[in-house]
Amino acid sequence: MSAPTRIPASLTRTGSRQGNSTQTSRREFLKTGAAAGASLVVGFYLPASLKARLASDQAEGDFAPNAFIEVHSNGDIFLTVARTEMGQGVRTSMAMILAEELDADWSRVRVKQADFDAKYGDMTTGGSASVRSSWDPLRKAGASARDMLLSAAAQTMSVPKEECSAMGGSVIEHKKTGRKVGYGQLVEKASGFPVPKDVPLKDPKDYRIVGTKKDRVDGQYIVIGEAHYGIDTKIQGMLYAAIMRPAVFGARVKTFDAAKAEAAPGVRKVVEVPRAELPPLFGEERKENSGHQHYLWGGVAVVADSTWQAIAGRRALTVEWDNGPGAEESTEKHRAELAELLKTPGKEIRKIGDPESALANAAKRVEAEYETPFLAHMAMEPPNCTALVRDGKCEIWAPVQNPGGMAAALQSALGLPATAITIHVTLLGGGFGRRLNIEYGVEAALLSRAASAPVKVIWTRDDDIRHDYYRPMTRHRLRAGLDAQNQPTAWLHHIAAPSTDGTYLGGDIPDIGGTEIVGAGLPNGPIPNYFLEQSFLHTVVPRGYWRAVDVNWNHFAVESFVDEIAAASGRDPVELRRQLMVGKPAALPADSDEKPVDIARLRRVLELAAEKAGWGKPLPAGRGRGIAALSSWGSYVANVAEVTVGKDGAVRVDRVVVAIDCGQVINPDMVVAQMEGGVVFGLTSALYDEITIENGAVRQTNFDNYPMLRLPDMPKVEVHIVPSHETPGGIGEPGVPCAAPAVANAIFAATGKRLRRLPFQTQELAQS
Amino acid sequence: MDAIAITVNGTQHSVEVSPDTPLLWVLRDTLGLTGTKFGCGQALCGACTVHVDGDATRSCTTRIAAVAGHKITTIEGLSSGGNHPLQVAWLENQVPQCGYCQVGMIMTSAALLAKNSAPTDADIDDALGGHICRCGTYQRVRQAIHQAALGHSPKPLSKSGAHGLSAKASREETI
Repeated sequence: MSAPTRIPASLTRTGSRQGNSTQTSRREFLKTGAAAGASLVVGFYLPASLKARLASDQAEGDFAPNAFIEVHSNGDIFLTVARTEMGQGVRTSMAMILAEELDADWSRVRVKQADFDAKYGDMTTGGSASVRSSWDPLRKAGASARDMLLSAAAQTMSVPKEECSAMGGSVIEHKKTGRKVGYGQLVEKASGFPVPKDVPLKDPKDYRIVGTKKDRVDGQYIVIGEAHYGIDTKIQGMLYAAIMRPAVFGARVKTFDAAKAEAAPGVRKVVEVPRAELPPLFGEERKENSGHQHYLWGGVAVVADSTWQAIAGRRALTVEWDNGPGAEESTEKHRAELAELLKTPGKEIRKIGDPESALANAAKRVEAEYETPFLAHMAMEPPNCTALVRDGKCEIWAPVQNPGGMAAALQSALGLPATAITIHVTLLGGGFGRRLNIEYGVEAALLSRAASAPVKVIWTRDDDIRHDYYRPMTRHRLRAGLDAQNQPTAWLHHIAAPSTDGTYLGGDIPDIGGTEIVGAGLPNGPIPNYFLEQSFLHTVVPRGYWRAVDVNWNHFAVESFVDEIAAASGRDPVELRRQLMVGKPAALPADSDEKPVDIARLRRVLELAAEKAGWGKPLPAGRGRGIAALSSWGSYVANVAEVTVGKDGAVRVDRVVVAIDCGQVINPDMVVAQMEGGVVFGLTSALYDEITIENGAVRQTNFDNYPMLRLPDMPKVEVHIVPSHETPGGIGEPGVPCAAPAVANAIFAATGKRLRRLPFQTQELAQS
Repeated sequence: MDAIAITVNGTQHSVEVSPDTPLLWVLRDTLGLTGTKFGCGQALCGACTVHVDGDATRSCTTRIAAVAGHKITTIEGLSSGGNHPLQVAWLENQVPQCGYCQVGMIMTSAALLAKNSAPTDADIDDALGGHICRCGTYQRVRQAIHQAALGHSPKPLSKSGAHGLSAKASREETI
C-alpha cells in the first residue's frame, strides 16, 4: 500500500473558461454538415438557455452549429443535441418536434446525446427550457431539411417541386402520378442542395405527431434494465472511490490516519481531496464580497477494486477535522435570524403606490408569517462520476445537467485547456437541479489523476443528503389592507432567505431578475399599493436550484395568504382569486422568464381546476378542498387538493385535480406524467421533508429520516390540459409549486386551522 | 477470500469477494448486471430489489454469503426480451420517467403476482409500500400491476394452459 497522497490544491478561484455565452451567441443559420454525402446532415444552433436565445437575436458573427439533424440512407434519423434526459422526456419531445416538421417516420427519429464541447455553450438542461428554447429552431431546421428532400425528390422523379409533397413517414409523393420516394433514397442528392432560408412552418392543424400521445423513447430499455445511467459506467481497469467528506459545512481535514483503511481488502490508495472553491457554475466572473460560493467539499478518499471495498475501506478511516465557524450554525439559529430579518426593512424590490399608508388607513388588516425549510434533492441515482485523466487529457462519464460548468471546473482543477476535456453525458436517474452542481466530476478527475487509473466516485445516500446544495430555508411576512368593502388595497411581502443565485452566479443577487423572488408577484393586478422587499440570511449551508426553485416558497406564502384574506373577508377563495386575476399584474412580471403574465390564461386554469374538482360541493366533516394557481416557465397551472384530516391530526391527501395550460402540447401523456410527478414532488415537500442543521451539520442521513411520499399515500391525480397553440411552456417544474399551498388551504377548509410552516406540523391539528 | 457459489438467472457463478459483500455490489461490479440499482444502501427505497428463491429481496442489505446456493433472479433474467406481462403493462401505461427505480418496482410486483394473481389495491400498497419513486410514477405503477394481473387471470376457456401465464411460471421458463 502506498502512503497517503496529497493532491495539490491547484483549484483557482475563477476558471479560464472559454466558450462563454457571448462567444457562442449566433444568429439562427442552417448549413449542411461536413459528413454530407451518404446522409443528409443539417446543422443548426440551439440556444443553451432562453437568455442565450435573446442574446443570439442581436449577435452577429460566424455560425457554429451545436445541433445536427442526420437523415441516413437506411431511414434512420438522428438529432444530436446537448440536452440531458432525466425523466422529463426531452429525448422524446425533441424527436417529436423534429419528426413533425421533417414529416419523418416518427419511429425512426432518435435524439443522440452530444458530448460536451466548449463551442456549444454551457449545454445546461434546466429551467424547464429544453422544449421552449428549441421549439422554433428545431422546427425551422426540420422544415429546411424537408425542403431539401423535396428538391431532391423532384429532381429524381423529373417533376416540378411544387407537385411534390411530404406525406409523413419519411416519404415524398408526386401527387399527379402517385409515385413515391423514401427519404433514404434522397439523402445523397438532397445534401447537394443549399439549405433554404425562410421555409414556412406547418399550420398546427396539419400536425400529425406534435400533440399526439407518443411513448417515451427509452422506456423499452428502462423496463428490461438496459438503460444505462452514469452509475452503470464501467471502463477497462476502473477503480472505485468513496470519499469521507466533512460533516460540518466549511470544515477542513486537520489530520487523518489511513493505516487501517489501507489494510482493508482491495484498497489501493487513500488520498486527501482538497477543499477548494470552484468557478461559478454558469461561467460568470466571481463578484467581490459575494458571500456563498461553490466549493469542492474536500475530505479523504478511499480508492479500491470495487464499490463495496471502497465503502468498507472508508469506514476504517480516522479523520480529524478543523470545523471552523460553520459548526455554530443550527436550524434554530437560522429560524431566529430569519424572524429578526423580517423586523427591519429589507432591500426594496418593487414599490407601487404608497403601501404603508394604505395599510395604515385600511379598514381591516391581515398579517401572517410563513416558513419553509432547507430541502435536499434526493434523486434516486446518487451523485457519481467516472473519470480518466491521462496524458494531459480528461475524459468524463457523468450524469450531469450542466456539462459546461463541469468542464470549466475541470479546466481549473486540472490546469488543462478546454480542448483536453471530453464529457460524455449519460442518462440521469433524476436531476431536479442537483446535477447543475458538478463537484462530483472534479472529485473523480482528481482521484483518477492521483491513482493513475480510471476512477468511479460513488456517493452513498448519506453522502448525498448531507452534502447537497439545498433548497433554502425561507421566511415570509405578508401584510394586506382591505377597504370597507373588503377589497384589498395594499399588499406587502417581505422575503427573508439565503441567496441561491450566489451558488451559480456569485453572490447575493437582489434584483428582480434574480431567482430569489419569482412567484411572489401574483396576484396583485388590481391592488393599487404593493411592496416587495428582500433580506438575505448569511449562512455556510450550501444552496442550489431545486425543481421549481423560488416559485415553491414564494408561491406557498402568496397563495396561502390569498386564502387568509378570503377567510378574513368572508369570501370564497376561488371568487377572490377570480377578482384579483384581472387587468395587468403590475408589480412583477412574476414569471420566471420575466415575461408578462397572461392573466386570462391564469384565470382559465383556475376556473378549469375548480370546475373539474367540483368546487363548492359539500364534503363530509373532516374533509376540505383547497386551491392554488400560478404562472411559471411559460405555463399556467392550478391545483385543487382534497384532504381528510383525522382526529389525531393526520393529513391524508385524497385527490389532486390539476389544470394546465402549457401552450402547444408536444406530447400530452408526457404533460400528464410531469403533472402527476410534480404533485408528488410538491406533496413530499409539504407533508414530510425538512433538512435540519445541528452544530453545522445536517442531521438527516437517509430515507428513514427524510421520507418520501410512497405508493400507499398516493392521491388520485387528475390532469386536465387546456388546448392551445400558444408557444410551448415548460412542464418539468410548473407542476410542483401548487401542491403545498393547495393542501394548506384544504387543511384550513377542513379544520379552520392554518398551517403556515412547511412541512406541515400536523400535530397542531390534533383534536384534544 | 474464498470463492462463493451463487446462481444468478440460471447461471452458476463462483465469485471471490468477502462474505459480507452485499449481493447488490456482486451483481453490479463483479457480474456486470447493472439493471439492479443502488439507491439507499439500507433497504429503505427498493431500487435494488431482486428475487431470491422467488421472494422479493433487497440486495443492498443481503450478504453474499447468505445467498450462496440460492436461486437469484435479476431484471436481466425476469423474461426473455422484456415480454413479462408486467414489463408489457409498464410500457403500455408509460410508467417510467427517469426510470432508475422502476426495475426494483417491477421485480417486487413480479414476486407479488407470482403469489397473488389478482392483487387488490391494499395488496399492492403492502407489497410496493417499501419503494420510492422520486419522479412520482406511483399512480401508473398501480395501474400497470392491475393490468398485468388481468392478463394473468386464468381465462375460463383455456383451462389447461391457464397457469402457464402466471408470473412465476413465465419466470421459471426463462431461467
